[in-house]
Amino acid sequence: MLTRRIIPCLDVRNRRVTKGVRFQNNVDLGDPIALASRYYEEGCDELVVYDITASAERRPIDIEMVREVARAIHIPFAVGGGIATLADMERVLLAGAEKISVNSLAVAKPALIGEGSRAFGAQCIVLGMDPVRVAGDARFPSGYEITTHGFRERTGLDAVAWARRAADLGAGEIVVNSVDADGTRRGFDLRLTRLIAEAVGVPVVASGGAGKPAHLTAVFREGLADAAIVAGMIHTGEFTIPRIKAELAAAGIPVRATW
Amino acid sequence: MIVIVDYKAGNLTSVQLGFGALGLETRVTRDPAEIARAGRLVFPGVGAAGAAMRNLRELGLVAPLQAAAARGIPFLGICLGTQIVLGRSEEDGGTETLGLLPGEVRRFQPLVPSDKVPQIGWNSVAFRRPHPVLAGLASGGEFYFVHSYYPAPADATDVIGVTEYAGATFASLLGRGNIVAAQFHPEKSGRIGLQLLKNFSNWDGQC
Repeated sequence: MLTRRIIPCLDVRNRRVTKGVRFQNNVDLGDPIALASRYYEEGCDELVVYDITASAERRPIDIEMVREVARAIHIPFAVGGGIATLADMERVLLAGAEKISVNSLAVAKPALIGEGSRAFGAQCIVLGMDPVRVAGDARFPSGYEITTHGFRERTGLDAVAWARRAADLGAGEIVVNSVDADGTRRGFDLRLTRLIAEAVGVPVVASGGAGKPAHLTAVFREGLADAAIVAGMIHTGEFTIPRIKAELAAAGIPVRATW
Repeated sequence: MIVIVDYKAGNLTSVQLGFGALGLETRVTRDPAEIARAGRLVFPGVGAAGAAMRNLRELGLVAPLQAAAARGIPFLGICLGTQIVLGRSEEDGGTETLGLLPGEVRRFQPLVPSDKVPQIGWNSVAFRRPHPVLAGLASGGEFYFVHSYYPAPADATDVIGVTEYAGATFASLLGRGNIVAAQFHPEKSGRIGLQLLKNFSNWDGQC
């Protein structure tokens, strides 16, 4: 049986992993290669590495870091941050990443999704989206609006409409990162995750709000997620990947047992 | 020396890094002469079967690959490479492929919407028979898959391991003689995937 994936997320700034709440109050969590290796050894199923300042600093992604991650771990990993062109995508893939994550720049230029998908295959192109809850606004039938640039900018796009469009354009996977839940460690936005999972035919990765293993059980069962991103709950050492997997398995969620 | 065939069907970096982590030397090539004299071949690939076969023909690699396989050297197909090892694919309106093993490639027909196509992620491989590339590995371990089509070998004795997805039980690892072919990506399947690559590098092509 296909297992549900647990994906640690490393937000990297100046070659250090940081973690904040809603992109603020960032604290230093150490060397990204060391952390990637640790989670690989502990049995994480995949990894996401975001170069979180590449876009704002208008510089290319730290490609040497991508190479080092690829040498350290032998599981798929996605890389995001400042990827604006096909050439950027190719550099990241040739450095050893399995997937490219696009977010703000895909909103600005949706054609980037289709171009990447045709050039490298849909399985390489991950759309990251940061929806925020909005109440009683007819422009957003799903009740969620897409934000960009670290939640700072509103786009006028409805979350479900954008997810469908991205999948139609060729995104192979969609990471749904709830602005409201991000960094709270009080659980995923189950309603949001389920809305997107039911709207598209590609795998959906839940993100934002993981604080304990039961939150993952809920997002797999009620949110219909194919994978879930964890960050703070493991970065602090409060939980480990094996502990999360053991709890998921006990709850009847299929997880990778051999590594 | 392990020769990795480059036929413009996807990224070979992780295959190289997988063997590299085991301290094994690889050489990536699309030179027909080099493939024809290789002592050990890895035939990877992602993407569509039709485009891949066109590339193989344009690069003049069809005959050297068939000759290499016929010489009895250890030959490992991975993902699209595995599908091309068979004779025919449903992909791209029907594509004739290398035919190194009899059989065809079919598209998943999901029964419920939650069976998404492509299959992306870790799924278990149940071993149907022993094989030198499985040394030290336990049946049922999970490997990493990314695919919309699956191998359907004509001869059941060519099935080494099976996986269940979208209502189908398919041959995720197959082989005969010196050819072994995985639908999953051993190079992205962590420790057990690297163990399979290591076993392949030690294998003499007999079984």
